[in-house]
Amino acid sequence: MESNLITEDKQKNKLEKAFEILKTMASKPSGLIGLTIVLFHVILALISPYIAPYDYKAISPNTMLLAPSAEHWFGTDSLGRDVFTRTILGGRTALTVTFFGSLIALLWGGLLGIFCGLVGGKIDDVVMRVVDAFLSIPWILAMLLIVSLLGTSTEVLIPALGFFYGKGIVRVARAATHDVIAKDFIVSARARGHSNMSIIWNEIIPNVRDAILVEGAMRWSWMLLGFSSLSFLGFGVSPPTPDWGLMISNARGLMSFAYWSVIAPIVGLSSLIIGINLTADAFAKALGIDRSTKAPV
Amino acid sequence: MSEIIESVKNLSIGFNSQKGKQISILRNVSTNIKKGETVGIVGESGSGKSTLALAMMGYIKQGLFPLKGECLFKSEDLLKMSSRQLEKIRGRKIAMIPQNAGQALTPNLKIGYQIDEALRLHTDLNKTERDKKISELLNKVRLPSPETMAFRYPHELSGGQQQRVAVAMALAGKPDLLLLDEPTTGLDVTTQAHVLELLRFIAKDTGTSMIYVSHDLGAIAQVSDRIVVMYAGEIVLEGPARKILKEPIHPYTYGLLKSIPKLSLAGLPASMPGSQPQPGSINEGCSFYDRCNLATDHCKKNSPDLEHIKELDTNVRCFNHKELINQNNNLQTSITKKSNNSEAIEVLKLKDVSISYAKQKFFDQLLNKISDQNPTVKDINIDIKKGETIALVGESGSGKSTILKSIAGLLKTKDGQIKFENDRILSSDLKMRNPNDLRAIQLIFQNPDESLNPNHTVEQILSQPLKLYFNLSGEELKKNIIDLLKKVRLGEFYMSRYPRQLSGGEKQRVAVARAFAAKPDIILCDEVTSALDVSVQAAVLNLLQQLKEDLGTTYVFVSHDLAVVRAISDRVAVLYQGRLCEIGPSQNVYKFPSHPYTEVLLGAVLEPDPDIKPKLVAEDIVEEKPPEKGCSFQGRCPRKIGDICNLEVPPWQIGENGNAIRCHINIDELASLQQ
Repeated sequence: MESNLITEDKQKNKLEKAFEILKTMASKPSGLIGLTIVLFHVILALISPYIAPYDYKAISPNTMLLAPSAEHWFGTDSLGRDVFTRTILGGRTALTVTFFGSLIALLWGGLLGIFCGLVGGKIDDVVMRVVDAFLSIPWILAMLLIVSLLGTSTEVLIPALGFFYGKGIVRVARAATHDVIAKDFIVSARARGHSNMSIIWNEIIPNVRDAILVEGAMRWSWMLLGFSSLSFLGFGVSPPTPDWGLMISNARGLMSFAYWSVIAPIVGLSSLIIGINLTADAFAKALGIDRSTKAPV
Repeated sequence: MSEIIESVKNLSIGFNSQKGKQISILRNVSTNIKKGETVGIVGESGSGKSTLALAMMGYIKQGLFPLKGECLFKSEDLLKMSSRQLEKIRGRKIAMIPQNAGQALTPNLKIGYQIDEALRLHTDLNKTERDKKISELLNKVRLPSPETMAFRYPHELSGGQQQRVAVAMALAGKPDLLLLDEPTTGLDVTTQAHVLELLRFIAKDTGTSMIYVSHDLGAIAQVSDRIVVMYAGEIVLEGPARKILKEPIHPYTYGLLKSIPKLSLAGLPASMPGSQPQPGSINEGCSFYDRCNLATDHCKKNSPDLEHIKELDTNVRCFNHKELINQNNNLQTSITKKSNNSEAIEVLKLKDVSISYAKQKFFDQLLNKISDQNPTVKDINIDIKKGETIALVGESGSGKSTILKSIAGLLKTKDGQIKFENDRILSSDLKMRNPNDLRAIQLIFQNPDESLNPNHTVEQILSQPLKLYFNLSGEELKKNIIDLLKKVRLGEFYMSRYPRQLSGGEKQRVAVARAFAAKPDIILCDEVTSALDVSVQAAVLNLLQQLKEDLGTTYVFVSHDLAVVRAISDRVAVLYQGRLCEIGPSQNVYKFPSHPYTEVLLGAVLEPDPDIKPKLVAEDIVEEKPPEKGCSFQGRCPRKIGDICNLEVPPWQIGENGNAIRCHINIDELASLQQ
């Protein structure tokens, strides 16, 4: 009988595994920075309503466009509102909308991609051409159309963003599935007579999950940028709700003499995007997927 | 004594583990390569043979570093050289021939250009001289029509031809030392024999020293003057090839030689217990202690040194080698297997089966017309009896795996029928088969790395068929899984392991267990041992045989290795280009008279014996497509008699031994020709 010498690598439960991955991610400086930034933003989004020093919608003509000072750390905007308050609150909607949007994108993109990869043939051809057709539509125009027809509520934005950002995931999931289904364990499952559903669930998903999750994390940061662009154009969050994109849009005309009101939201938005990017990269490396992040923004 | 070209002294190579421990892959290796000598380095995967060979050309893989020792090439230490200095040596003084020439050649450059490149780098010839040299080199490696060959792209050549081009490129710089890393491993048997013959000729002709690295003792035996046997990063035995192969005085080499199936022997080879220790796990004592049947307590505590034995001119790392010499005369033994009774009923019948990969044209599809007149597999008639092991043998492209896939329902047949139990026709479409038929036929694949889901534990892997076919769950499922593991001689604790935590042999055992989980009637084995090390291969073959004797399963065993087939099968069917050439009881197929193709195959088998040289009776041409008319083997047949072979499909002739041969030559005449 053959004895096996690898005994350290015992089976671990899922929680331990997740912890292990986090540890690997944090072991490199870039991963640690990314994780810290994302964690910081998430915590900030959770606690900001309780620590905000001012009311975000309190308009006051007396405090218009004040430069940063002890009372107003980041200064005030053209309506006299505290920029610090609005900045720490400004990521909440963006984070929520894009997080759920990414989940939807992952779900439909991943499942459709896996399905197409597995069945192949004519169904695959047709579905992929439709996806290609959608990819060729400038998403921002389509989004504007949807938003102007259905309104700018989160109930509309989340599925709409999820739909448009899921297209790319379809391709990734399909490619990953193609790699897997050529393997003999899929042939073996087929020859045993397992149903397609069972093959997808038992054999394919465990093997493509990592690639799809990493892609989803990537899409999250792009979606954040997309959502902020919508707000910037006035189609995302409606005033007076604080939002980075909206804040940048409102303050950009005053940039030459009131730079503070535009810099604060920019720092907020870009740090979050960089943080998510770094985290996704570290995540990919920790899972053993080599992937360079090149966002085609 | 002739001049020493390269000498390795006390070389250790290792890496730092994640825990900061230093782990050696090579331990204290010393050896010398003399001028004009061919040294075979043999060992199983993970023995450090490739690491040693690469270090001999001053190359150390990323992550590894030399711990101590030196590699002296003409008294200069390669391991201390700068990359500039190494550049001057590699190609001109030491050249390498890679394992897979198809991948080593640049796909978008013509062969002639690639050889020219090597010449430009390593010689001072001008253009016209180089052109002359290219055709000279191509001639030397015996490529047909070298002039036209220079203008071809790598993909236009067969695997054997690509390997020859790689040899030509390596020879371009007139090196003193040639390094060959498993140069024939991916090739067909006949091609392999031809390439080896060429290498031997070149070594004699040019006086180049060669280092031949391989896991295959058969190939090593054909080319080497001296053999170095590696085990767990150490040299365990080193000496003249003949002595090593005929009288191995190290228990590992002895076991290795015994575990190789041989053509001359019916029955299964003896297997060696256990597997090679992982690097870093050996703390004290002999590295072979766990698997050795001569081991004493002394071996457990002390690690033996390489001891020189004068009479045999051999170095051996064993305390008890004298005992082995005393009991050493029984290399030619094997385990006899129970043969099944011949009155058994037929479980599976292939009747006129044809399979085509050609896509039907649109209009033909509409009219339901069959367009492919020359299918990949044609007119296969085989009746498989219950409880027998029938082997399908042939080189790549012979259609053996295609037939297997059709039986499994993974590939639709174009014509003919597959009949299962009581002549019930089995649909060639998987979806049309009923669950019980699906259960009755199971597959085992070549490479267990690919056939086991890397994200499933052994328990999950084995529960798939149990849940699907028998609806088991809970305690009963677990009990069945443990039973299955016991059947393939694995312990209960394997349940929670992932495939990556298992060795190659253990993985294949799990794959075997999964096939048996369905309680199948027929198991289709697709090259199940060719990805395994020899000692593990013997163990898996023995396991399959044992299971068959216990459970009465029928095997359809596909292999390219005639010796393995000889060991396991009751009946053999020889295929060429998707057509049957010969079929019969295995002991008779291996005897003459046989089909000319069987004769060619048998001649090309490499035996780990320096006295048995392969007989190269036919050219190693690779045919892309089966011929449209006549005998399938007409293109390569050494015994072709004339136009009749090109025009008419040969008739079946039954020999007195019971093997059926499809040839135009009268069977008695064939017998006298082959004597």
